[in-house]
Amino acid sequence: MNLARLKGPGVFAAVAVLALVVAPLLLEPFRLGLLAKYLCFAIVALGIGLAWGQGGMLALGQGVFFGLGGYAMAMHLKLVDAQGDLPDFMVWSGVEQLPALWKPFANPVFALAMVVIGPMLIATVLGLLVFRQRVRGAYFAILTQALAAAFVILLVGQQGLTGGTNGLTNFFDLFGQDLAADSTQRGLYFAVAIATGLLYLGARQLVNSRFGRLLVAVRDGEDRVRFLGYDPARVKTVTFAISAGMAGLAGALFVPVVGIISPALLGVVPSLELVVAVAVGGRFALAGAILGAVVMGYAKTSFSEQFADGWLYLQGALFILVMTLAPKGILGLAASARDALARRRTARSGDPEPPPADAPGRRVMEEVA
Amino acid sequence: MSAMIEVRGLSVVFDGFRAIDGIDLTVEQGELRFLIGPNGAGKTTLIDVITGLTRPTTGEVVFDGRSLVGLREHQIVRLGVGRTFQTSVVFEELTVLENLDLAASFRQPLWSLARRRRGVSDAVAGALEITELGPLADRPAGVLSHGQRQWLEIGMLLTQGPKLLLLDEPVAGMSKDERERTGELMTSVARDHTVIVIEHDMEFLRRYASQVTVLHEGRVLIEGSVDQIRDDPRVQEVYLGRKPSDAVGKQS
Repeated sequence: MNLARLKGPGVFAAVAVLALVVAPLLLEPFRLGLLAKYLCFAIVALGIGLAWGQGGMLALGQGVFFGLGGYAMAMHLKLVDAQGDLPDFMVWSGVEQLPALWKPFANPVFALAMVVIGPMLIATVLGLLVFRQRVRGAYFAILTQALAAAFVILLVGQQGLTGGTNGLTNFFDLFGQDLAADSTQRGLYFAVAIATGLLYLGARQLVNSRFGRLLVAVRDGEDRVRFLGYDPARVKTVTFAISAGMAGLAGALFVPVVGIISPALLGVVPSLELVVAVAVGGRFALAGAILGAVVMGYAKTSFSEQFADGWLYLQGALFILVMTLAPKGILGLAASARDALARRRTARSGDPEPPPADAPGRRVMEEVA
Repeated sequence: MSAMIEVRGLSVVFDGFRAIDGIDLTVEQGELRFLIGPNGAGKTTLIDVITGLTRPTTGEVVFDGRSLVGLREHQIVRLGVGRTFQTSVVFEELTVLENLDLAASFRQPLWSLARRRRGVSDAVAGALEITELGPLADRPAGVLSHGQRQWLEIGMLLTQGPKLLLLDEPVAGMSKDERERTGELMTSVARDHTVIVIEHDMEFLRRYASQVTVLHEGRVLIEGSVDQIRDDPRVQEVYLGRKPSDAVGKQS
């Protein structure tokens, strides 16, 4: 835990410069858009890192909350584009009147609020029901995954309400801006990058607070925490709700960035892919979740560009390798490499003193550990 | 003196097995009470019932004038009942200080915990001092020895200002020095708390106990001073085996 405290703002600043200055300068609009997409996934991953890495809740259905946020945003965009008429897909499905569920989403404030409140509310209700009954571990994981499967079935079944398998797409206008314009997409990239940074800082604050300590305590000894006078169900529900809110926000950002939300983007497989990404990056550190999501997102795109079908196998193999050989993910490997290097250096110089903790080279490595 | 805790007519049945079979027990405020008895006597089950881990089949537990039956574990802790476990459970990834601080913060509303810890509260400082864990404050609790873990657990309880402490075999598996140190710690804690201790160790009992309750097969066998207990033929029978006449087939 000492490492966490040594984390200076240095690496964060460097990554921020990279994301906010270098990337927009170097990347062509298409690649920048992809990076924005990965960062949306990174926000979901951050929530998974919080719930799973810190709180021990293996949430396999974060796609549900991502979808709730995404659909809330997409419904608003569709209604704006329809300019008072019915959204296009409803006309094709033979719907004649705007469903009552859709009506409040014409209001941008309501829609944006629902992006976060909707997922958090559902996560809270689910959490209270499940955690009070002391459902945990694999049972919780299976439950969340079943929820993702059920959500997809619901979405596909309600063609006239949700656009069915096709989902919602063809957006043109984002709060008065032309969504197809490069400048809008650029602005969106900055919005996503800044949101990721702020959420990371917020989550880090939470992890380093007493609540964060309590969360780790709940993860490692839920029963013991009860005998300290805390209700673990509340701690877990709050954390699960926060991770759901993050996923919802990510979904809402994803919709204008990518231009579609559909059941295929939020079912069991996408939910699992994000959990895999968090594991690969390093689930015990929040930075690992973000790193994992971006790296895996990038790997998926570039690998799929070469061998369309191979990715699934590579991903599965990677997950098995990480879980068996490097349970702390890339960040864990980096930390071990640093320790090994430090040991070799001390051995060679015959100096019994370990290198000072604040030596520059060492600091950088510790930042990510 | 008034009763700190009163157990009346308590029975606990697990799948037809009567773990506790009609126990009445009253512990007065400020008392240090030892609970002894052979394995399976129901000592830990009794503590489990008091702390809400196990629901009684029949009977009543009244703590400080309030019934505890039906309350959840954390609610009972909040009323002022703290316990330790046979195998100590501290949070290994948190430092000693964080363990104590977490215990001390249990009455704060959840949202206020979102702030970082600043400094060390008086309760935590006091617990560090009494447990002599000060030099290890910033080490992860995972590096502590068995004895130090038990002391940390007791220290965590103390930060919560409980009215009643239940210690489940605090010296089990400890070295002679650790036992002595635990005895001192317990004696000093008992000066201003009501304490119930489950203990097997007879040597420890002789040194530190005054009032003792002996449980056997889910019932109270006898209650009295250490000397009374030691001289009682029924206790000797329970601990040293039955009289030769009825030993066959009745081993407990």
